Amino acid sequence: MSLIEIKNLHVNIEGKQILKGLNLAINPGEVHSIMGPNGSGKSTLAQVIAGNTAFEVTEGDVLLEGESLLGLSADERAVKGVFMAFQYPVEIPGVSNMIFLKAAVNAVRAARGLEELDAMDFLALVKQKITLVEMDEGLLKRSVNEGFSGGEKKRNEVFQLALLEPRFAVLDETDSGLDIDALRIVAAGVNAMRAKDRGFLVITHYQRLLNYIVPDFVHVLVDGRIVESGDKSLALHLEDKGYADWLQTEPQPASAR
Amino acid sequence: MTDVIDIQDTYAESFARLSARRGRSGPAWVQALREAGLEHFRRVGFPTLRDEDWRFTNVKPIAQTPFVLPEPPAGKLGADALQPLLIAGLQPAARLVFVDGCYSTELSDTSALPVGVSVQSVAQALDADPATIQSHMGLAAEAESDPFIALNAAFLEDGAFVRFADNTTLKRPIVLLSVATRRAQAAMTHPRNLIVVGRSCEATVIEHYASAGGEVYLTNAVTELVVGDNSTVHHYVLELESEQAFNLQTLKIRQGRDTTVNSHTALLGGAIVRNNVHPIMDGENGHCLLNGLYVPRGRQHMDSFMFVEHARPHCDSRQFYKGILADRAGAVFSGRIKVHPGAQKTDAKQTNQNLLLSGEATVDTKPQLEIYADDVKCTHGATVGELDEQAMYYLQARGISADAARAMLTYAFAAESLERMNVPAIGELVGRELLSRLPRGRLLAHLLESV
Repeated sequence: MSLIEIKNLHVNIEGKQILKGLNLAINPGEVHSIMGPNGSGKSTLAQVIAGNTAFEVTEGDVLLEGESLLGLSADERAVKGVFMAFQYPVEIPGVSNMIFLKAAVNAVRAARGLEELDAMDFLALVKQKITLVEMDEGLLKRSVNEGFSGGEKKRNEVFQLALLEPRFAVLDETDSGLDIDALRIVAAGVNAMRAKDRGFLVITHYQRLLNYIVPDFVHVLVDGRIVESGDKSLALHLEDKGYADWLQTEPQPASAR
Repeated sequence: MTDVIDIQDTYAESFARLSARRGRSGPAWVQALREAGLEHFRRVGFPTLRDEDWRFTNVKPIAQTPFVLPEPPAGKLGADALQPLLIAGLQPAARLVFVDGCYSTELSDTSALPVGVSVQSVAQALDADPATIQSHMGLAAEAESDPFIALNAAFLEDGAFVRFADNTTLKRPIVLLSVATRRAQAAMTHPRNLIVVGRSCEATVIEHYASAGGEVYLTNAVTELVVGDNSTVHHYVLELESEQAFNLQTLKIRQGRDTTVNSHTALLGGAIVRNNVHPIMDGENGHCLLNGLYVPRGRQHMDSFMFVEHARPHCDSRQFYKGILADRAGAVFSGRIKVHPGAQKTDAKQTNQNLLLSGEATVDTKPQLEIYADDVKCTHGATVGELDEQAMYYLQARGISADAARAMLTYAFAAESLERMNVPAIGELVGRELLSRLPRGRLLAHLLESV
């Protein structure tokens, strides 16, 4: 059985149709990448998988190990093992990163029938995982994402991924805007989390990321549908040629480069 | 109208009974203050919604309740009943306990005070040090300024008298605890506190209002705080009355030059609460912080009425008031700033932020700036909002339930106010009280303790 299966997914936001029958299956251990021009529906897909209620699914389904996610709230999905690294991580003044992380880890553990971690064990876990993303421990004492640089926010996302050990993770443009050092660190963190029983969907604008997180499959998303799938060489083709092959109109400058 | 007159007769009766009980004892000036208070109250009566300063707070439930003055020996409270009311983790330098408005020698403790600080009941002090009391009492809080202050003056009987001699620093706080017990008839108390701080002192005073079984009663307190030049005073009001009670308290502050006053207020209990804070910055280089948090729920109504007077140049004031409202609760914030002629280089800032946890809660917030000087900086801002949906979603996307996420964000909203309180035990107590009111708040309390 697929780890995640997306069937004929149609999604609206504020009455506008964004996804128009998207199909995708990801098996345990696989890394898939989705590329596509602006407005093609990449982030919409990520939000719908994570459970953002602003989006309305009008048709189709999203299944995690054969079980539909659509009736579940975002927190119910998260404790079942769905994780999304936010394109724009939210700043939450007044909520300490440490308290937030502990609440999240314990919520996920409780759902897996594990005991909650005490202060000592939690700290040990944090110290072990934080090295994966080379994140400054000082950021733990700060409010969630508040005043973090762009790179720090993205590292904090991958750090959460490492702490929560999901079954399936979506990375929504985690690489956008990162300098090469931050990109390497973030990619190394993700690679360390690759495992036989875990799947990834990597949404990106830029082929560069895929030199560091090498995908098993690459899909091209245009106008709410997957129009082409292939291996990692497809990404190189896109980098060269843009999306002109699939777009009826002229390619947009951002995606042509 | 007849109702109100009847009620006023009740107050006059109480007044007559009190006078008879007291006999001819006590200084004449105190009796004059009382009579003037009663006279003024008789003339103006209770405020109504037509009074500008009371537009959003209806005190009819107070006006219509026939409160009685507890007769001595009023209010018995055992040491074991006192224990749960003490602030965890706080080691006060002294504690005065008033039970139903009457000073309790047994429950109070002033034995560990250093030289230079005296803490006693006003009744005691009227015998021991009448001159100091006479030279300050009633000067900051004029009966004419507010009917409830007039009523307080009419029933001026007891309260706390705290005095710091020049050059006295005391880091540990002085706690003034007022406890209401269960009584057959709705009781009223009119505590009158006087805090006189000399030059170059540092003092912390906590007014704590609590209930030990008391349900419907009226606390109408007035505190006058006189701060000598170059001194720093931290003042707290911790209002934890029963949710059927009425609590009105007025803090009148007169600041000398080079002074700092930090006033912290946490309003949690009470059916109708009115919190008046009125600093007069009457010396150059004065600093004043008014930090408040009100957390009404059910049908509680909390009205914070700030009046900051900049009477001299080079003073700054900061008003930071936050409210968290649940259910059908109501709140009012009035922030009046008056910059007197000549008070140049005034720097006054005011913010009032409100978090509505329910669609039925209401807030009225009103800045009022009167500026009679031309080289000043005055800013104000008010917000009324709900929990941030983006933040809710982010927390939930990490597995945190909606209730727990709500508790986290609500606590975060309050955290800034709590952190400003420089007596950590108070911030922690208010934080715990807040969390105890939120679904899944206990989970967060547990987390906060464990990290």
